[in-house]
Amino acid sequence: MRVVRDLQWQGPVPAGEGEYGEFFAAAAEGRLLIQQCPECGHRQHYPRALCTACAAVPEWMEAAGTGNVYTYTVVRQYGVPAFAELPYVLAMIDLPEGVRMFGGLTGVDPETVEIGMPVSAYARTYDDTHAMVFWEPA
Amino acid sequence: MPSRNPVICGIGLSDYPVVPHLNSVQHHALAARRAIADCGIAKSAIDGYVSTSGGGPGAGDDAVSMAEYLGVNHRYIDGTMVGGSSFEFHVQHAAAAIRQGLCDTVLITYGSDQLTRMGRVLGTGGFQRDAQPVAGAMQMATPYGLPLVGAYALAARRHMHEFGITSEQLAEIAVGVREFAGLNPDARYRDPITVDDVVNSRTIADPLHKLDCCVITDGGGALVMTTEEIARDLRQPPAYVLGAAGTQTHWNIHQMPDFTEMGAAVCGPEAMGQAGIAPADIDTAQLYDSFTITVLLMLEGLGFCGRGEGGAYVEEGHLRRGGSMPTNTDGGGLSSNHPGMRGIFLLIEAVRQLRGDAGEAQVPDAEVALACGSGGWLSAIGTVILGKDRPS
Repeated sequence: MRVVRDLQWQGPVPAGEGEYGEFFAAAAEGRLLIQQCPECGHRQHYPRALCTACAAVPEWMEAAGTGNVYTYTVVRQYGVPAFAELPYVLAMIDLPEGVRMFGGLTGVDPETVEIGMPVSAYARTYDDTHAMVFWEPA
Repeated sequence: MPSRNPVICGIGLSDYPVVPHLNSVQHHALAARRAIADCGIAKSAIDGYVSTSGGGPGAGDDAVSMAEYLGVNHRYIDGTMVGGSSFEFHVQHAAAAIRQGLCDTVLITYGSDQLTRMGRVLGTGGFQRDAQPVAGAMQMATPYGLPLVGAYALAARRHMHEFGITSEQLAEIAVGVREFAGLNPDARYRDPITVDDVVNSRTIADPLHKLDCCVITDGGGALVMTTEEIARDLRQPPAYVLGAAGTQTHWNIHQMPDFTEMGAAVCGPEAMGQAGIAPADIDTAQLYDSFTITVLLMLEGLGFCGRGEGGAYVEEGHLRRGGSMPTNTDGGGLSSNHPGMRGIFLLIEAVRQLRGDAGEAQVPDAEVALACGSGGWLSAIGTVILGKDRPS
């Protein structure tokens, strides 16, 4: 996963407590992590301290960083100064690994976004060692 | 043996939609006073209290603080907070507590000075500060700039994709609710609107327009629940709790298992099963209309129409005045009032309809009313079935 160094991030940031921190730290190193249960095989995202299917302790696995748009919205009005640059696209992405992930979809004309379109993940740092995961057309 | 069938015997509204002289605690208190006066029960008879904060952190209107403020020395207390549908869950819990004899008479209150305190920033996102760390699962979404409207827009877009529902069909929901608001002198907005007005209002988050979104107001409400036996001596005819069920499929929108199906599909049939009724037996529905899409998903989940058929169903005019399922007869959240958590108003309006007290918005011969609340982001859904007649 491509990593864009961006230390100008003005928006709200993930607090990164617990398992979340490991997810955002891995993203800053170009790895997109999801969780897989060693007991029952269930995969999940966001990261948690237990498997939501069987309550065992999940393990990290690296996802390919590809997916398809499950649904999306084009935000045209929002009052937070960090998001003053409108419109922008937010999407739920279905990963081939079997989990769904929310994120910003960039590098695309908002009017041409379609459900099902293939996308790739990239990471954008918000501090020295952590990054948020974004998506762009594959 | 005296009947412990749970009933709603008293209802009270605080003032709305714009009430700069009341804070959240005072909204709770005004609504409570009116609900107690409505049924004429002695305040000292109240031995259960159920509530959740409408004012948010620092408002001092959490359940234990409000129990003290209102002077309720309860034997039963519940502060369940599942968002806007909290009050449908409260009725479920209070009904069980009354049936079990944990208490006899429960006061449920809500109050919020949201418009006065925060303006309309809940809708616009202005409550958020830049570079603020976001904890918990919301950190997977909020940092990307997800507005409240955007979350519902994700569901609406997916529904359009799978089932072909149109913006015009969603707009029909807002138009019908506005028609009822025209009959409510207190409603925030009362002038009639058309489908064109809705789809031509500015887009906030595709595919939802401004008029697909609820209003933001102040307000409060209260219910008194008791046993059928005690209610015999009170001023108002009781509304029987025939069924009450709730479910949660997720909390954060990004965890919604299927963006076209809400938990109403689980708790709706469960509540109707308890009541021994089918959707066709319901005379009026009070549905949580935070956004037009919320109502559409609810109609399908509750079984008023088939899955994916909600667009055609609303287009046929069922929700309108004189339709087969008059919906949000007080003008709803889309036009009348929405102080942040609207679930209690659904119940109050359902009771008004069953009493025949709904004025021009009265549904003729209303005997069974349904209230369905949605809390969170289409997350925690509670369904309550109320009846005019005692359950057989």
